[in-house]
Amino acid sequence: MAFDSLSDKLQNVFKNLRSKGRLTESDVKAALKEVKMALLEADVNFKVVKNFVKSVEERAVGQDVLTSLTPGQMVIKIVNEEMVNLMGSETTEIKLKSGNEITVIMMVGLQGAGKTTTTAKLAGKFKAKGKKPLLVACDVYRPAAVEQLQINGKKQEVEVFSMGTNNSPIDIAKAAINHAKDNNFNVVILDTAGRLHVDEDMMNELIEIKKNVEVDQTILVVDSMTGQDAVNVSASFDEKIGIDGVILTKLDGDTRGGAALSIKAVTGKPILYVGMGEKLSDLEQFYPDRMASRILGMGDVLTLIEKA
Amino acid sequence: MGFFEKLKAGLNKTRDNIVSSIDYVFNGFTNIDDEFYEELEETLIMGDLGVRTTDEIIENLKEKVKENTIKQPAECKELLIQLIKEQMDLGPNAYDFENQKSIVLLIGVNGVGKTTSVGKLAGLLKNQNKKVIMAAADTFRAAAIEQLTEWSHRNGCEIIAQSEGSDPAAVIFDSIQAAKARKADVLLCDTAGRLQNKKNLMEELRKIDKVITREYPEAYRENLIVLDATTGQNALSQLREFKDVTDITGIILTKMDGTAKGGIAVAIQSEFGIPVKYVGVGEQIEDLQKFNSEDFVNALFDLQ
Ligand SMILES: Nc1nc2c(ncn2[C@@H]2O[C@H](COP(=O)(O)OP(=O)(O)OP(=O)(O)O)[C@@H](O)[C@H]2O)c(=O)[nH]1
Ligand SMILES: Nc1nc2c(ncn2[C@@H]2O[C@H](COP(=O)(O)OP(=O)(O)OP(=O)(O)O)[C@@H](O)[C@H]2O)c(=O)[nH]1
Ligand SMILES: [Mg+2]
Ligand SMILES: [Mg+2]
Repeated sequence: MAFDSLSDKLQNVFKNLRSKGRLTESDVKAALKEVKMALLEADVNFKVVKNFVKSVEERAVGQDVLTSLTPGQMVIKIVNEEMVNLMGSETTEIKLKSGNEITVIMMVGLQGAGKTTTTAKLAGKFKAKGKKPLLVACDVYRPAAVEQLQINGKKQEVEVFSMGTNNSPIDIAKAAINHAKDNNFNVVILDTAGRLHVDEDMMNELIEIKKNVEVDQTILVVDSMTGQDAVNVSASFDEKIGIDGVILTKLDGDTRGGAALSIKAVTGKPILYVGMGEKLSDLEQFYPDRMASRILGMGDVLTLIEKA
Repeated sequence: MGFFEKLKAGLNKTRDNIVSSIDYVFNGFTNIDDEFYEELEETLIMGDLGVRTTDEIIENLKEKVKENTIKQPAECKELLIQLIKEQMDLGPNAYDFENQKSIVLLIGVNGVGKTTSVGKLAGLLKNQNKKVIMAAADTFRAAAIEQLTEWSHRNGCEIIAQSEGSDPAAVIFDSIQAAKARKADVLLCDTAGRLQNKKNLMEELRKIDKVITREYPEAYRENLIVLDATTGQNALSQLREFKDVTDITGIILTKMDGTAKGGIAVAIQSEFGIPVKYVGVGEQIEDLQKFNSEDFVNALFDLQ
């Protein structure tokens, strides 16, 4: 893979340059060409890469090279810092209301992203925090979507509210909130059907849900293997529905996950959790710095730099 | 404006332009120069063709432009379209499995559209008066069997299933016996989603493959990897690993009804020579089409 050798490539670039104390414009330009390539191969959106590289260049030219680092490492250090900056420097959690006040969470996203699975995973997390979650089967379209949520709910030992597939998701959501109020649930998670961001009718359905029930957190679930289209998808969901956070799934694969950077760049919304497997316990906290080095494929070099 | 706002404003502009972007490249330039090629590169990378395939295509194009002494960007456009169309060509034997006793295995990572494609493809074949049996060999995922059962109601094809948690290779074994006994034309096998870096799941697939080879040697083999059109460069890794377990004979490219271009299929074709045979364009039973390179290239470049 090209990424694994990004550090080698950068060392090579600098071997041929006469950089001494300070990073010159030509130093930085040559190095950033390699960085740009790595980001594109990691599926970071082309426009995001362009903007990102420009801002790194502005910062890097003229910087003093620390005596403990090679110029290549110096560039990586700056690239990494800028990336962590962009990705958000700290981990964020889903905000829940205190006590027995009900927090309503709506899961949205493209088909097959991992919404239903993540809904059940979240329920486990909330239960562990002493909350009483109710899962709501609002997907009335996909074959066996209700059964899938029911099976997963059972595994997590949380109640699943469903009204079959003959009611509208809006009515189901409304009824679920009433059920939650009557039965002392304090977190309600709506599992909605997968939909394309360009499907007007289906997007309107989500808008209608939001009009009819008070949704506190709308969470966009995104497959971490998504390519260049991640910006269109996330920007559309954010503009049309309004999202509060993102969960990236299937990061247990070998994808670099450049979509994370693209999504953060276009929506500015925090990445809350990452899906790390099919098991319902496989949901982990998101660490921006780890994601940055994953996208760059530079884990080892970063530990080296941290020590310097 | 902060970095986010700037970026977002820029991206919004891009989105508005995206429909006309390739036309902009070919009509917005009067000369074929470096800037022209740069814009072209951008368009191809934004279509998920990846850096390497994009470079290859552009190098190839440059040569052809020189060879044919082409001066007009418009002519260059025809050349590019022709290049990609030829590359994506299927050859004459792509659908041979339809006309003989065959077993079709659908494989791929999680959530790409395997089960749905089994349901649609069975419907497509049934309409050609084939006797089709579907094997529910995803015994792992919650309600996968119920999902395929619902599809069997939709397409009217028989389904062979065991209970959740049973051995998928045993389901395949059963299904082969049923296909033989009932003289089925095509046996379509759904499998569980698996990420290509999961050793045990890939071994499970190898076992399924072996059972088919052993139990159904007379059947024509068709192994289709299902790819989500929104997938980026990771699809190359998917191909590499799945190909190692079973001979992949084609691709089903799903979710082409969105805005993703599916350009990764071009990268796969140039690296592995594996053709796209079907495209998924929606969630309904009729939303599976045979691959058409003309339509594909038009969609890739937003041409009418
Ligand atoms: N390896 C892995 N698989 C995951 C992860 N999250 C979800 N999946 C799998 O991805 C597939 C799709 O997950 P679902 O939860 O059904 O996705 P969805 O978004 O609800 O799908 P639709 O309702 O059809 O739009 C299933 O096979 C899940 O087991 C993850 O973090 N890692
Ligand atoms: N828009 C669109 N959605 C599709 C298409 N094909 C499948 N889907 C949807 O994608 C989601 C996942 O499809 P499945 O068939 O369950 O995918 P799978 O590969 O079997 O998933 P796992 O078994 O969990 O790995 C479902 O919501 C399908 O309706 C397509 O061509 N277009
Ligand atoms: Mg679902
Ligand atoms: Mg399936």
